[in-house]
Amino acid sequence: MTKIGLEIHCQLTKLASKLFCSCKAEYRNLEPNSNICPVCAGLPGSLPMLNKKAVEKATMISLALGCNIPEKIGFFRKNYFYPDLPKNFQITQYNAYGPTSIGSDGKIEIEGKEIRIRRIQLEEDPGRLVYEGTSEKTMVTLVDYNRAGTPLVEIVTEPDFENPKQVRVFLNVLADLVENIGVSDPYLEGAMRVDGNISEGDGNRVEIKNVGSFRDVEKALHFEITRQQSLVERGITVLAETRHWDDARRITVSSRSKEEEQDYRYLPEADIPIVLIGNKSIEQIKTQMPESIVARRDRYIKKYGMPTQVADVLSSDKFYSDLFDKSHNEKNAKEVSNIITTDLMGFADTREKKLELKITPKHISDLADSILENKLTRNSGKLALQEMVKTGKVLSDVISSLDLGHVSDAGSIEKIIDEVFKEEEKAVAEAKQNPDTINYLVGKVMRKTKGKADPATTLDILRKKLSV
Amino acid sequence: MNLGISATEFASQAKEGAISVEEFVAKTLDRIKKVDEKIHAFITVDSQNVLDQAKAIDKKIKSKEKTGICFGMPLSIKDNICTVGLKTTCASKMLENFVAPYDATVVSRLKSEDAIIIGKVNLDEFAMGSTTEFSYFGPTKNPWNTEYVPGGSSGGSGASVAALECLASLGSDTGGSVRSPASFCSVVGLKPTYGLISRYGLVSYANSIEQVGPVAKTVEDVAFLLNIISGHDPHDNTTVNNGRVDYVKDLKAGISGKKIGIISQMVGDGIDKEVASATTRAILKLQDLGAECIPISLDAVDHSVAAYYTIASAEASSNLSRYDNLRYGFDFSTEGYEFKAFVSKARSNFGPEVTRRMLLGAFVLSAGYYGKYYLKAQKVRTMIKAQLDEAFRKVDYLISPTMPILPFKVGEKIDDPLKLYLTDINTVTANLSGIPAISVPFSMSSSGLPIGIQLFANSFQEKELLQAAHALQETSKLPEVPL
Repeated sequence: MTKIGLEIHCQLTKLASKLFCSCKAEYRNLEPNSNICPVCAGLPGSLPMLNKKAVEKATMISLALGCNIPEKIGFFRKNYFYPDLPKNFQITQYNAYGPTSIGSDGKIEIEGKEIRIRRIQLEEDPGRLVYEGTSEKTMVTLVDYNRAGTPLVEIVTEPDFENPKQVRVFLNVLADLVENIGVSDPYLEGAMRVDGNISEGDGNRVEIKNVGSFRDVEKALHFEITRQQSLVERGITVLAETRHWDDARRITVSSRSKEEEQDYRYLPEADIPIVLIGNKSIEQIKTQMPESIVARRDRYIKKYGMPTQVADVLSSDKFYSDLFDKSHNEKNAKEVSNIITTDLMGFADTREKKLELKITPKHISDLADSILENKLTRNSGKLALQEMVKTGKVLSDVISSLDLGHVSDAGSIEKIIDEVFKEEEKAVAEAKQNPDTINYLVGKVMRKTKGKADPATTLDILRKKLSV
Repeated sequence: MNLGISATEFASQAKEGAISVEEFVAKTLDRIKKVDEKIHAFITVDSQNVLDQAKAIDKKIKSKEKTGICFGMPLSIKDNICTVGLKTTCASKMLENFVAPYDATVVSRLKSEDAIIIGKVNLDEFAMGSTTEFSYFGPTKNPWNTEYVPGGSSGGSGASVAALECLASLGSDTGGSVRSPASFCSVVGLKPTYGLISRYGLVSYANSIEQVGPVAKTVEDVAFLLNIISGHDPHDNTTVNNGRVDYVKDLKAGISGKKIGIISQMVGDGIDKEVASATTRAILKLQDLGAECIPISLDAVDHSVAAYYTIASAEASSNLSRYDNLRYGFDFSTEGYEFKAFVSKARSNFGPEVTRRMLLGAFVLSAGYYGKYYLKAQKVRTMIKAQLDEAFRKVDYLISPTMPILPFKVGEKIDDPLKLYLTDINTVTANLSGIPAISVPFSMSSSGLPIGIQLFANSFQEKELLQAAHALQETSKLPEVPL
């Protein structure tokens, strides 16, 4: 049996400042080494000042993942030499001498399967190495410390996954969850990074690092399972080792074994006194937490009678569910949910596209009302939506500029039907014989009216004229 | 103009316009020029700027502008405390060229009170040592006899104050580093309660036990400086709000009716005879002033040196790992080196004592040894604290000689680290437990070398500690430094 465990590093990108200083937590797109200060650059004499907000956000993640939160949390130094680490130690948390990390022993249910969370710890991100030059000989390694000190939570699961698909589902759920709590934007480059460990049967555990994206996690795991299984089949022992995902070759490659022998010489971080969390502050943090995805989904189903699938899709996307919650009312909720899940999500299925949307709750709400009041057909509605997200114009302007007004008066529709009858003699004859083909004629009328004709009225008149 | 006046005396005279700050600073620079080649207290002297600063302060005083309470007093700062514009070398080749882009909180507080930082003074490399012999720039000598060590690691602070090269100094005390030179140089040195003074800008050696501490000629000067530099700092998580206690006020309250415990483990075997007899005399003087003195046994003290070196070395090994010469340091091209080789090569430039402690520290933290050494040392620490809590339920103060022996000759113990470590026996207790301790100059040996007496009080009882120290200092009249 395959056993897979994960270590997920998730940056708390929604914080204003780094974990131990006032430099920006959002380091992306800045001049290299411009977002640094004596503290995050590890200058002699500087001291870390703990960002209390980071503790709060990490507490929220721990709560959302059903973890135990200790009364006191502490920080440790993990000592190792690496050029991206300004102090040559990382300030992190460590539970070997008693649980002092922000969360432990949690669980989350994924498609009916329980995944146990071993621990959650709050720590600082190192800087970034940038390689320049093409060949081995001309290669230069540059260091950018802008990222150094960015607040990060490390989430460690038990090896409870049985296959890569479960891992993918879990990661999607986790990403939605941290986004929903408002602690992180998991889709920012490097905001959520995953290491895995895999073993087959009673075989040795292999760690996989350096996986760039969620999709690659699944691929790397697939590759690694195949590799281990084929070794086992040939009677070869799987070595306990760390392997890196080679993005270019799409395989895992053994890292130097030295890394595993590393002794991090953990040491309590005396510059940060023990932090008391206590039930009172946990209760307070709970009140600040937004509705969970599961609770929201249940609300959608119960209150609005949304189909499970629609409720699932809508509730797990923070952007769209917030939009829904802001734009619907008692009457139009279902229509609003339809507009969002069938049309809007289709236009903007990526993060970038979502950011470009010029849509407001009023747009959606007006649109739903117009459709419900029979002022717009669904088809015209879709066109209007497309225009609104592009231009941000109000619905009434869009309707007049695109000439989308509903044609529902019988006279106008009848005229168009007469035209269609002239052009489609064969179809008319057929429809008389076989009323099931009448939809073809409805389609023709719609095309002529650019979707503005009221479908019900059109059908009525057609039936009358064809006497079917 | 007398350079031997106290810092507070200077401040009151300068305030009245009775002293020209510029003249005093110029004279101090002359004094440094004259004596520092003999004692080598300074690593850097800021002769370029201090006269301008002095002039500006004179002008402020004359024009009755609001002037900071230091009124231009020239101070020296141990070279492991960061100062903008002046190198902070930690007496190490590793930071030979390091200029911090920021002032330590203690320095900026002094500057905002119009103190003048006349220069940076010598120490054992990264404050590791008790003689100031382990400096990359060479040893500091004792102003009372230049063949002798000044104590350490703040030897530059002790020597510069004793030799009248400044009015007072800031040192740092990790295991006795302020009190040892205070004792050996016949000046006052305070190790405050852990958390009373900001460590922001103090280059860490053993960050869970060290504090910045004032070194001065008088207890009153120490109280004066403490008023400025103590209290909560938003840049240091470990500082506490001390309610802006005024340490100068009521300094002369005396010690009548107070109880003083004599620490049995610090006055018995292994103590120099003259030191022991000076301690006895100090106790008698305090009794004359109305204090009651009783023996107190703290048997955890027997393990204190071992615990201290375990904890301090462990923390040092981590604190000093940032010195890889990649971001700052000394001239050393990375060309041709792979990262690990470069780091090893760069880090081979630490001196012998620092190397020894980093190795020891890395060892006690390694997998499998943490519990055996580091955790055990932490238990000793807890034990010492518990015994002290018990003691302070019975007495107000504790007393011991600061150093168990007289100052010794330069080079005499440098090859025997264990012997050197054992001279810390009376000082490390205050660091391991966090309580304040002060060394007060009390006597001279027959050979003309200083003997200091150490007083301890419970955590954050600096005000009471300084009152007792002041009373003790008043009981003796000591000779002027023969330099």
